[in-house]
Amino acid sequence: MDLPEQGPIAHQSAVFTDGLVLDCGQHLPSLTVAYRTYGALNAQRSNAVLICHALTGDQYVGETHPLTGKGPWWDHIVGPGRPVDTERYFVICINVLGGCMGSTGPMDDRAPGEAPWGADFPPITIRDMVRAQKRLIDHLGITRLFAVVGGSMGGMQVLEWAATYPEMVFAAVPVATAFYHSAQNIAFHEVGRQAITADPNFAAGQYYASGRTPKDGLAVARMVAHITYLSEEALSRKFGRKLQGTTRPTPHSLALFGDMFEVESYLQYQGNSFVNRFDANSYLAITRAMDQFDLASEYDGDLSRAFAGTRTRFCVISFSSDWLFPTHESRAIARALNKAAANVSFVEITSDKGHDAFLLDEPDLRRVLGGFLNGCALHAGLVEDDR
Amino acid sequence: MSEQVRYVAKNMRLDLRLIADMIPSGSRVLDIGCGDGALIDELTRMRGCDARGIEIDMAEVAQTISRGLPVMHGDADTDLAHYPDRAFDYVVLSRTLQAVERPQAVLRQMLRISERAIVSFPNFGHWQLRLQLLITGRMPMTSVWGKPWYETPNIHPCTISDFFALCEAEGYVVERWMAIDEAGRRSPWRRFARLANLFGEQALFQLRRA
Repeated sequence: MDLPEQGPIAHQSAVFTDGLVLDCGQHLPSLTVAYRTYGALNAQRSNAVLICHALTGDQYVGETHPLTGKGPWWDHIVGPGRPVDTERYFVICINVLGGCMGSTGPMDDRAPGEAPWGADFPPITIRDMVRAQKRLIDHLGITRLFAVVGGSMGGMQVLEWAATYPEMVFAAVPVATAFYHSAQNIAFHEVGRQAITADPNFAAGQYYASGRTPKDGLAVARMVAHITYLSEEALSRKFGRKLQGTTRPTPHSLALFGDMFEVESYLQYQGNSFVNRFDANSYLAITRAMDQFDLASEYDGDLSRAFAGTRTRFCVISFSSDWLFPTHESRAIARALNKAAANVSFVEITSDKGHDAFLLDEPDLRRVLGGFLNGCALHAGLVEDDR
Repeated sequence: MSEQVRYVAKNMRLDLRLIADMIPSGSRVLDIGCGDGALIDELTRMRGCDARGIEIDMAEVAQTISRGLPVMHGDADTDLAHYPDRAFDYVVLSRTLQAVERPQAVLRQMLRISERAIVSFPNFGHWQLRLQLLITGRMPMTSVWGKPWYETPNIHPCTISDFFALCEAEGYVVERWMAIDEAGRRSPWRRFARLANLFGEQALFQLRRA
């Protein structure tokens, strides 16, 4: 479905005119942090939960998306009566630095009156994203987050938050993530990036003026990535070898091969709908940040040192069929936390839905996350022991 | 005692209650093989301990975290190595020692990461077991040792005397010990180890590094 052309959405945001110094050494002259909040901050300002979104997610975690019209992306997790209960917690979700939903990123002008950054946007890191988020949290007058929760790249941010600002994080829930991006994951990202840059419309990243975006390349990047989010079992169950009844021409359909498999059609739909809501340069910048992520390397190769002396309570969650961020990577995080004598819970949730499981309705994820946060709320004094 | 304490107590195995009573308030505790988390729940809520668990059964882990208790999926043989020295005041291994792959190594890890270790195990020296083996010539089966030899997870059975010998060989100080019956009630054989070894269905030990 192609969405009608529409004007830019006014995202809720805060602007920091002193900018941000990045890990690469460059100074972003101005920093815009787009965000959404749900629920109410209590008088003690102690009930804030930061949700960190994944690669192609955004700040609209608990409401209908203003661009796509789709429902909240973490509907099973965030909302009234949900594990991250917006009737109890003040939920904040922030568009990451480098993103394309209002936070400073490649679509922004370098300086007022100049051309957009495009592919020249400075290389950013997960830590840069977290520093940008910290600016907003400070701006909101919150000195300690009750919890930081996120899956996939969001989980990387959770780890970075706990390592960089331990005193500000009471509880941390990294879900379906890793403390470094594996060679296999970098490889898949590189295929996506090559698809984007090979698109003739890419124009070295300066495609905004022409209005012709590298949407074919971006769609292919999304298709490749989407495969990595699923599992063979999930694909077999959903599509098997079923053929699509009617083929309709899309930029990627090859009519001469005859009927399309349903899985092909599905991927094309995923690719084509993605390009309507995501910017190719943002995709390049953010995948690069994920690839660069190696939290242990920031601490001389010893991950436990990232968490030395931490008082944060952790709940590390993985999914049995996730081959993009497999359980052994979560177990390594849990063991490093053990080594730091941290308070850590760790569980692998049985699911055949692959990496995507963290976004889907997994009853065990709801129970574990909700129970963990309840236990933490008791320790933080947010709720009374009702037993 | 308040209502709350009794509420928890009636839901807890008696041997876990005995163990809970051995642990001072405010201790840092690791419960290895914590099952449904009853002991960590009691220690956390009622005794202000920083109590955590390790459990090998993933469904139990999910269930216990869902109840707000800190539990990590892992097993005694491989996961203790990842904790730093003296991270805990007490490490508990209840009814599990006989089921681990390397009991001696597990005990060493326990007393590396913790000041004290509390260990309970079913006593293979109990008279019923001895008598069954003597008379029938076959592996004994009782309510405590309830599975045939080819199915039992209890691959390293030992007697109370065996355990005393191991502690001596490893240089552990036995600070407290008691024989308990299957329900977890204390048996009256405390002073006489050889009688306890004959009549105790289970044993409960508190060890300290020398």
